[in-house]
Amino acid sequence: MVNAKPKVRIEHLIKIYGEKPRAALQLFREGKSRDAILQVTGHVLGIADVSFTVNQGEVFVVMGLSGSGKSTLIRCINRLIKPTSGHIYIDDEDIALINEERMREIRLTKVSMVFQHFGLFPHKTVVENVAYGLKIRGVEKKQRSQKALETLEVVGLTQWAGYLPASLSGGMQQRVGLARALATDAEILLMDEPFSALDPLIRREMQEELLRLQKKLHKTIIFISHDIQESVKLGSRIAVMKDGYIVQIATPEELITNPADNYIRAFIQDVNRAQVLKTGSIARQIITFTVEEDSPQTALEKMLYQNLKQIYVVRQGFPVGVVSRETLAAAIPEGREDITQLMQADFPQVNADTTLENIFHLYQQELPIAVVDESGKFKGVVEQSDVFASISSLT
Amino acid sequence: MASSLGGADKLLNPFKIYSLPVESWINHTIFFLVDRLRPFFQAIRFPFSLVLDGIEWVFLAIPPLILLPIIGLVVWQLAGRRIAIFSIVALIVLGFLGVWQETMMTLSFMGTAVLFCILIGIPIGIACASNYRIDRVVQPILDFMQTLPLFIYLVPIVMLFGIGKVPGVIATLIVAIPPLIRLTTLGIRQVSKEVVEAAIAFGSTKRQVLWEVQIPLAMRTILAGLNQTIMAALSMTVIASMIAVEGLGMMVLRGTASLNIGQASIGGLGIALLAIMLDRITQAIGQGNHQVSWQERGPIGFILSKVKNKKAASTYSGS
Repeated sequence: MVNAKPKVRIEHLIKIYGEKPRAALQLFREGKSRDAILQVTGHVLGIADVSFTVNQGEVFVVMGLSGSGKSTLIRCINRLIKPTSGHIYIDDEDIALINEERMREIRLTKVSMVFQHFGLFPHKTVVENVAYGLKIRGVEKKQRSQKALETLEVVGLTQWAGYLPASLSGGMQQRVGLARALATDAEILLMDEPFSALDPLIRREMQEELLRLQKKLHKTIIFISHDIQESVKLGSRIAVMKDGYIVQIATPEELITNPADNYIRAFIQDVNRAQVLKTGSIARQIITFTVEEDSPQTALEKMLYQNLKQIYVVRQGFPVGVVSRETLAAAIPEGREDITQLMQADFPQVNADTTLENIFHLYQQELPIAVVDESGKFKGVVEQSDVFASISSLT
Repeated sequence: MASSLGGADKLLNPFKIYSLPVESWINHTIFFLVDRLRPFFQAIRFPFSLVLDGIEWVFLAIPPLILLPIIGLVVWQLAGRRIAIFSIVALIVLGFLGVWQETMMTLSFMGTAVLFCILIGIPIGIACASNYRIDRVVQPILDFMQTLPLFIYLVPIVMLFGIGKVPGVIATLIVAIPPLIRLTTLGIRQVSKEVVEAAIAFGSTKRQVLWEVQIPLAMRTILAGLNQTIMAALSMTVIASMIAVEGLGMMVLRGTASLNIGQASIGGLGIALLAIMLDRITQAIGQGNHQVSWQERGPIGFILSKVKNKKAASTYSGS
């Protein structure tokens, strides 16, 4: 998003579990279904021809139910599981082809991982856990402890450094897991359902913590989740998986406004749309009154024609005020035609990337809200009725 | 009539007509091995007898009054104060029963057998845990070793290695090693898959995964296996004395054979006390409180804390 350079590129990835995957691969290429392959060969199709690209600095969420292949997929990226066929490029280097030694180097320096049940070493203290990657890399004890303590500070656990993981709560243990992954300065973070073993409150806290950290660190994160709420909250893009296939790859908004099929529709039912949808995506293009170009008479005519109660006044693309039809209708016969004198300069205005849940309070003035883009230029308006229409799940 | 009955008899019991000559096969094999490979088996003796003699020399050369406190301190460090006191008392009792030397011989014999069990058993256990193919080969052999009555392989061992302590150790090895191998395998397999995955994901080599994660986490189970191995080895002391292994077992054997019940009882009591002692020590190591590091417990912890206090006191008085 920030910098649309591809960091991880996956092409036609296939994983088949079993002793002799070649025969099953042949069947798959002939177009046989997952069940058919299982019946004929006894092999399980884990990932079925998956391709996607993850950009640098992006949080890419892979979402699916258990058994959908999402855990297999993430493990293929650091080759904890060896793919049967296909390519995985990390910085243009094909992980599927390199030898064990090079793979180990990549694990040491480029890719780190956070696990669902934390995967902490129970016999090592918190600081030793965090320093593990550095120890394996051969960093001196003093240096690695130093670095581990610094990383623990980032997740707010410095005072727990000397304890064993078992004496920490679940949320704190996962912070240790996160710190361990951050300590190696890897650019790519693989997160395998990291928050799903946590209590809902702690989970939300950790999600926010991750977003906060990500704002500072700009890692490339591949995040596995089975929770749609979590996915839309964290993901810049979401890939929905089912039975080893990717059903749809989309931004959270696209997923909700434009689900590819009923499977995704069923998923997104529970989503609080107001949290996901942005004003920019529902803003209506509408006629405006441009200062020093339009005349009040034609504006009034247009408003009558389109049945608008008010019109936004725009100067060089920027909204400067709003004027109602009544005011205009009353002013024109009196010859007061300077729009800047008639308009109301106090009007509700939001950025295009504001989510709907954050604009409700602006409707107190009963004016349509002006939506502006990053540079502050007028994009359109969002009326109360638009908001209600878009957050009802009957769309 | 009689002859037809005889015919039917033969028909109904085919075992009378033919039996496999396995007996002579085994005899031939053993004789062949003894004949041709004796030097090879004699060479195998060498490391065993070296270790055995070394350990025995240490135990017998050090006078009891010096050895006792050493044992006491080591046990205190490894297993705690209570078990250390028990061990010392047990050894003193054995000393006053007049069997100090036999006890030390049995202890060194055991020590050697257990040492080789560890050296051979733990690597095999690790190999089984990481490779199912090896496991599939090893498991039935272990079953065989544990179910076969001892006396059956005592004879071929004597034929191949002769009599004395080394064949005794080897016979003990066969009895005592299976639990250690099994529990090492079990212990390593029990380590959480996710934890092992985490170690690999952070770039560990197989060796690093083993030493940093798998062995430390399997330690408790491995030590439970070691405990069983030691108990099995102790149960072998009487049987090993049949092939001229000296020590407490020999006392039991001789006492029983000559109806000297007193001698047999003292030997038996000695074995029992050693068994309790070693059992408690290994159990205590296995269940040890890992929250407290080794520098903070036992005599070392005691001394270190004194030193620290003294240092703190001196810096305080100095300032």
